[in-house]
Amino acid sequence: MKIFDGKTGWLLLLAAGALFPFFAGNDYHLTVMSMAFIYAIATVGLNLITGYTGQFNLAHAGFMAIGAYTVGILTVDYNVSFWLAFALSGVVAAIIGFFVGLVSLRLKGHFFSIFTLCVGYIMFLLIEKWESLTHGTVGIIGIPAPEPLFGIDFESPRAQYYLVLFFLALSVWIMHRIVNSLLGRTFMAIRNGDALAESLGINLMRNKVLAFVLSVFYAGMAGGLYAGYVRFLGPGLAGVEHTFDMTMYMLIGGIGTMFGPLFGSISMPWLTQYLQFLQDYRFVVFGPLLVALVIFLPNGIVGTWLQWRARLAFRKAAAQKTPAAAPLATPSKGGSHA
Amino acid sequence: MELVLQQILNGLTLGGVYSLVALGLTLVYGILHVPNFAHGAFYMAGAYVAFYLMSAYGANYWLAMGGAAIAVAGIAVVSDRLVFHPLRNAPGLHHMIAAIGILLFLESGAQAIWGADFHRMQTPFTGIMNVFGAVLPVQRLLIIIAAFALVLVLHLFLTRTVTGSTIIAMAQNRDGAALVGIDPNRVAMLTFAISGVLAAVAAVLYAPINLVYPAMGHLVITKAFVIIVLGGMGSVPGAIVGGLIIGFAEAFGAFYISTDYKDIIAFVLLVAILSVRPEGLFSKGAH
Repeated sequence: MKIFDGKTGWLLLLAAGALFPFFAGNDYHLTVMSMAFIYAIATVGLNLITGYTGQFNLAHAGFMAIGAYTVGILTVDYNVSFWLAFALSGVVAAIIGFFVGLVSLRLKGHFFSIFTLCVGYIMFLLIEKWESLTHGTVGIIGIPAPEPLFGIDFESPRAQYYLVLFFLALSVWIMHRIVNSLLGRTFMAIRNGDALAESLGINLMRNKVLAFVLSVFYAGMAGGLYAGYVRFLGPGLAGVEHTFDMTMYMLIGGIGTMFGPLFGSISMPWLTQYLQFLQDYRFVVFGPLLVALVIFLPNGIVGTWLQWRARLAFRKAAAQKTPAAAPLATPSKGGSHA
Repeated sequence: MELVLQQILNGLTLGGVYSLVALGLTLVYGILHVPNFAHGAFYMAGAYVAFYLMSAYGANYWLAMGGAAIAVAGIAVVSDRLVFHPLRNAPGLHHMIAAIGILLFLESGAQAIWGADFHRMQTPFTGIMNVFGAVLPVQRLLIIIAAFALVLVLHLFLTRTVTGSTIIAMAQNRDGAALVGIDPNRVAMLTFAISGVLAAVAAVLYAPINLVYPAMGHLVITKAFVIIVLGGMGSVPGAIVGGLIIGFAEAFGAFYISTDYKDIIAFVLLVAILSVRPEGLFSKGAH
């Protein structure tokens, strides 16, 4: 299984993503996959603040909606080009996220989550009621497709698929760089114990706000892509259910791992597709599934796999040593990132 | 003057309902330190059970309310045993996610059984009274009286009976309570049952002037969270005072500011207060 580790594994995954349109039976499959990729970008972002930094942000879908509405409002009402609006989508979410973060991150644990739940509701209600800006419940209709760039046209589903795939790959790569840098270690130190982190000289507030802003930047960008892809926006996008969806993806794959959120957000929509008969009632199954996962498999599929492998490697290392030299090194939890 | 009186009556109605929901939430938080996101689903389940008993079996309003209270207390106790009890040693994040799982299950379950339509709940109290020029539907008067009676009963139960005191003792100090022979599991189940009863009664009281639908718990529970954060998590008087504050803020806000934005008022209030006082209005320690 060594071949799937590190760079090779990621490249194989990217190749599979690039080849997918050639094996997909029809455009519908491409749509499902593209939507899954868009939500994967947002989920990778949510994982940074929740999985790596340990703060459960319930307003994540609200920030995604801010990104989407940035694109929707600028392109439809102000005739700004898609690319400029898209570039702004992440920035607007990040700027609002900075101020929300400044206030909300002073609270800890449950209080942070409850506070962000309320912030998410404010965003939802503002989008629904502020008709002169957001078109209210009618929603924004007729968002133009991304304009051709470098001679590539983004009208066809296949071109749009590659556009989304490109940004997903870029987001995952950047996230990989963040997580494996000193900054990523700092975030994890805060998650593992903020008192200890602070005593090591980590500025808690600055780092938490930074993680929050980066995380909502991802959400905003995913929202921008969503606007360009679906071309219709309603206030429902900001609903807390979407945050719950992303939480589920993150948890099933493995919270606080690189590959987990990606795995969850790409596999779950397909599972839903095959459970079509459940449609609106899918949560009758997924609700208990979420509970069971939290109780029996809290590290998710990828996390459990990593743990199992770490334990195996540890045993192997222990067996090679003489019994007299007791192994001092323990498998560092969450140390390896698939 | 009549208009102000009208808003006071509306505020009391809203505040009564919010206080009941927030009380259940705050009791559970006091015992288990779990923000029970599923509490809004308990509220919704209460309304649906009562609606079902009334429409399918022709049960009268009070009987339906009793049935709903028992059913939701059952759901709450089962959630404690099956979900929160196994997670008692897990980190806080897991509780929140598990509660979300229960919420999603109950909501989609209600939708699967009764559909996504809006239902109107019948009430025998359709009269309208005039109080010093202000209009007061009897159902609203009932909400005010019932809510405050229930709060009083709960207060007496918590302070005057041994069983009630065990809840307070557990909330104050879990280990200490266990040392003097209080069974934490029994108290947890009891607390969940009480929170379920309060949610169900609040829902059945409020449903006739509102509507019954699967997402009916969303706004109420979010406001209940605002209330218990304002009033101090786990504090019983805080939940009552907080409920009234939010109720009045909404009633007067809807009248003097805008009906469109009345639902935002509670949240803006929370954001404003927590920005200035991160520890909440009434709580002593920092969060």
